[in-house]
Amino acid sequence: MVHLNDYLLVSGLLFAIGFAGVLLRRNIIIIFMCLELMLSAANLSLVAFSRFNVGPNGLPNYPAQLFVFFIITVAAAEVAVGLAIIVALYRARQTTHVEDITSLKF
Amino acid sequence: MSPFLFWLFALLMLGFGAAVVANRNPVASALSLVMSFCSLAALFISLDAFFVGVIQVLVYAGAVMVLFLFIIMLLDLRAEERRKANYAAWFGGALVVLVFVGQLLAVLRRLPLGQQAFPALATVARDDVRSVGMTLFATHNLPFQVVGVLILVSTIGVVILSKRELK
Repeated sequence: MVHLNDYLLVSGLLFAIGFAGVLLRRNIIIIFMCLELMLSAANLSLVAFSRFNVGPNGLPNYPAQLFVFFIITVAAAEVAVGLAIIVALYRARQTTHVEDITSLKF
Repeated sequence: MSPFLFWLFALLMLGFGAAVVANRNPVASALSLVMSFCSLAALFISLDAFFVGVIQVLVYAGAVMVLFLFIIMLLDLRAEERRKANYAAWFGGALVVLVFVGQLLAVLRRLPLGQQAFPALATVARDDVRSVGMTLFATHNLPFQVVGVLILVSTIGVVILSKRELK
């Protein structure tokens, strides 16, 4: 049988993979993709909690799924704005490598 | 869903997720991310969340990843040349991630809530999309409209950001 713990474990491992990508990679587009992985990992645990929290009417917890719906919508808007910023950055600096963008470094 | 299918899709999702991080070629990373999102949609469907699974495929694996691939094509990114690795940064990053996974395992082992198997759903025919839509429009109408305004704002912001010179 598959338990709630299995879903939470898989979700946490996906989050850890995205986290590792953000920390270890130096290409800003790959970092952005890893952010999407972390958002999706949170979505997976929300949907798992929704399914394992069945109400008295025998239906899953739909507000949790709405939460996921809103996260996906906001993430799509965020991807559009973020990629536009990356394109503007590339026009200004001709690079997508975070180690070349050190204007704020002390 | 049988445990076999669950672990199959979970391993596919984690494997392609690791491929996103490990690939040096951005196009290969983006395509791995598409596969990871499709496996994640299968996990959503295994949780009887059909609407969220379909949205995951349409929005994430479809629209968002097409946007990523367009930008990779526009910037003409090639596989990264090997730079001198910063071993201190690698060690620190790997250490943080390992500590995170250790904490995750410790929390999950002490979570009595997590031991439950799938609770039974109502046996009458359930209409997932109708239920989500009723919840969305009946009780969460204001957040829905706020999200609409947010998307409008982000559209205008992207158009302004994409202009050649900002005035």
